[in-house]
Amino acid sequence: MTSTTASSRSSRVGATTLLTIVVLALAWFVGFASRLFAIVRFESIIHEFDPWFNYRATHHMVQHGFYKFLNWFDERAWYPLGRIVGGTVYPGLMVTSGLIHWILDSLNFHVHIREVCVFLAPTFSGLTAIATYLLTKELWSPGAGLFAACFIAITPGYTSRSVAGSYDNEGIAIFALQFTYYLWVKSLKTGSIMWASLCALSYFYMVSAWGGYVFIINLIPLHALALIIMGRYSSRLFVSYTSFYCLATILSMQVPFVGFQPVRTSEHMPAFGVFGLLQIVALMHYARNRITRQQFMTLFVGGLTILGGLAVVVYFALVWGGYVAPFSGRFYSLWDTGYAKIHIPIIASVSEHQPTTWVSFFFDLHITAAVFPVGLWYCIKKVNDERVFIILYAVSAVYFAGVMVRLMLTLTPAVCVLAGIGFSYTFEKYLKDDETRDRASSTGSNKDEKLYDKAAKNVKSRSLQSSADGEDTTVSSNVRTIIAIILVIFLLMFVVHATYVTSNAYSHPSVVLQSSTSNGDRIIMDDFREAYHWLRENTADDARIMSWWDYGYQIAGMANRTTLVDNNTWNNSHIALVGKAMSSNESAAYEIMTELDVDYILVIFGGVIGYSGDDINKFLWMVRIAQGEHPKDIREENYFTASGEYSTGAGASETMLNCLMYKMSYYRFGETRVGYNQAGGFDRTRGYVIGKKDITLEYIEEAYTTENWLVRIYKRKELPNKPTVKETTIPIKGKKVSQGKNKKGVIRPAATATKA
Amino acid sequence: MAAQVVPVLSKLFDDYQKTTSSKLKIIDAYMTYILFTGIFQFAYCLLVGTFPFNSFLSGFISTVTSFVLASCLRMQVNQENRTEFTSVSTERAFADFIFANLILHLVVVNFLG
Repeated sequence: MTSTTASSRSSRVGATTLLTIVVLALAWFVGFASRLFAIVRFESIIHEFDPWFNYRATHHMVQHGFYKFLNWFDERAWYPLGRIVGGTVYPGLMVTSGLIHWILDSLNFHVHIREVCVFLAPTFSGLTAIATYLLTKELWSPGAGLFAACFIAITPGYTSRSVAGSYDNEGIAIFALQFTYYLWVKSLKTGSIMWASLCALSYFYMVSAWGGYVFIINLIPLHALALIIMGRYSSRLFVSYTSFYCLATILSMQVPFVGFQPVRTSEHMPAFGVFGLLQIVALMHYARNRITRQQFMTLFVGGLTILGGLAVVVYFALVWGGYVAPFSGRFYSLWDTGYAKIHIPIIASVSEHQPTTWVSFFFDLHITAAVFPVGLWYCIKKVNDERVFIILYAVSAVYFAGVMVRLMLTLTPAVCVLAGIGFSYTFEKYLKDDETRDRASSTGSNKDEKLYDKAAKNVKSRSLQSSADGEDTTVSSNVRTIIAIILVIFLLMFVVHATYVTSNAYSHPSVVLQSSTSNGDRIIMDDFREAYHWLRENTADDARIMSWWDYGYQIAGMANRTTLVDNNTWNNSHIALVGKAMSSNESAAYEIMTELDVDYILVIFGGVIGYSGDDINKFLWMVRIAQGEHPKDIREENYFTASGEYSTGAGASETMLNCLMYKMSYYRFGETRVGYNQAGGFDRTRGYVIGKKDITLEYIEEAYTTENWLVRIYKRKELPNKPTVKETTIPIKGKKVSQGKNKKGVIRPAATATKA
Repeated sequence: MAAQVVPVLSKLFDDYQKTTSSKLKIIDAYMTYILFTGIFQFAYCLLVGTFPFNSFLSGFISTVTSFVLASCLRMQVNQENRTEFTSVSTERAFADFIFANLILHLVVVNFLG
């Protein structure tokens, strides 16, 4: 009897393990496959803007080696300043793909580094799923972990940053984030130095990969602080936090871009404060058992007050003395959403730094957005040390996701974990087929999990059968069946929605545009690459291209030409200078362009095909940023119509009609006709006829315009060497000769002209 | 105030002498040594300055971390905390301690410059 139960138990464990591995492998596969839409529809290409820089940097590293990469001074960016790439980049991404490339190469799989870069993010999505499984397993149960892993594999909020070709820091950073949290929870549970050290190593990887590491180094101290305040201090907390903090601090300083920031900036100070606090609390605990309560009060309450006051004073003294930098503008913009618009327009100008709309919560999270409060509630009800962590994580991430669209990404993992808990717990309640055996429930939900996106019928029949078997005292079997079926339908809808969103919203390279004709044929518009290729083939190798900063990385990556400003927006005044050139009239712009040695100017114009992300629509930000640095020359209100609208149509102001951006965008546009019944110069993006059609250019000339007019390139004309001077004004030095002798055939000494 | 503090501290000291095992006393001696090293470094930085900041930081963080790791080890091997650290045996605690120190000092050597 005992031997049979033992063997059945071991076989059950084996089956559970097998099932877990199968589910995780499927999650990895589905996550990988659903991110390939962009490749199937277009080609294996790097997307958008920042990935182009990452790709270029990776390419440079693979060609020249790691140390050359760390010391790389890029003279082709930020002309004439240049950029120290090695010290201003998070190298984790490049090192990761370089390492994969090296491994494949030494195994004799010769893959171009571009393919490694393109497929990196989908590959890491599987690792993220596994890390999420591990985290949720530590927080709740393996069943919930499988739910969470499947959620994160396909949830649109994470897919948006990790489709194939979207070669950006976030792709690997979310994995590092989840894995660090898993190791933190693990080390807190066991109180082992080893797990804490591994957590610090994982944190180091995160630091090397993404600036979002600041979130970790504030969330973990917050967790520790909350545990202390809740009276949940334990020696395990002391061991895990202090050893993590010390190792993490010195490890993070090894990344050149981070440098001394962990001891120099206010963002890292809360972690240090909690570290100090933990030492005091530990000392108190040590002493409390050994002395009487009366003595304890004298010794510590007084001491603690003095120390606390002293710490605050020292902090402010350090900030005042300049040893510790105060909180940065980016930090303030997290608490006051209007802050960036007033003080740092360059941050506010990026669309992903705008506050999130309610729609995008649903769009990115779908049913999990509705279910995760349930998981949160279960965690609060059955709270323990590690569940405090996920509660804090969820609450803070919800706040940050509300402030910035971009931070939706940090919310997504928390939502997936909690939705996994919510679903798993509910299914455990409603699908339990035998109440005496606890283990069966987790296996049951596992099975469910594996099948939910494959075969709904089995799940339904299973739920029917299980609810018929078990008798619950509170809920009737019919109700249980209905609820189980509804939940399964929700899950199916989530899968459908995730696939739909991934396919339609997040799989566009934005380097290649796609539209369809009236009879449904696809049209590929490859204007960007056309223009960059033209630049590559037809301009001098050291030609300087001026464009708005959005296109800097693409020009550097695809055209291999020098740019003035790019997406690494480190120098606001340089960007403002370009903005000023774009928004001044032609002669003023010419002066700026001459000073900056500009050879070509590149503008994006969507008026012909109705592309809304063009420079005219971004123009107001150029004006605002220019105004921030040059308030005397550029005034935002000059660019509005009399009624205070932003328009390039009939009512556009004189300043608007004469600025370089307007002229470059609409040069020769008046001659075009979009449709038979429309007047010439009808702007399809804005939906009206432009204000001024006969545009003449004096200082620049059109060099190239792509097929759909999407990219227009202008060349700065060289002025003639000397201004032409009328002959009569030139005084002639030399012998005065009488007019009478001035005949043909007489040679005279040459007359010399001098300036008047 | 001082009159109250002194007997408390002396009682603590007596208590320590009586109840602490010799194993823990060795760790405590090690910690005291590190504490003095740290104080010495801090005094040096106040008097002379922190000029090669990375060298100063790596030295100081190395002492702080060694101290902290030793105190963690002390907590884990302390019999009073046996109930909290069910998964960490004494041998395991020492192995973990070595592992963390290995990572720490590799990084410190790298950071020393």
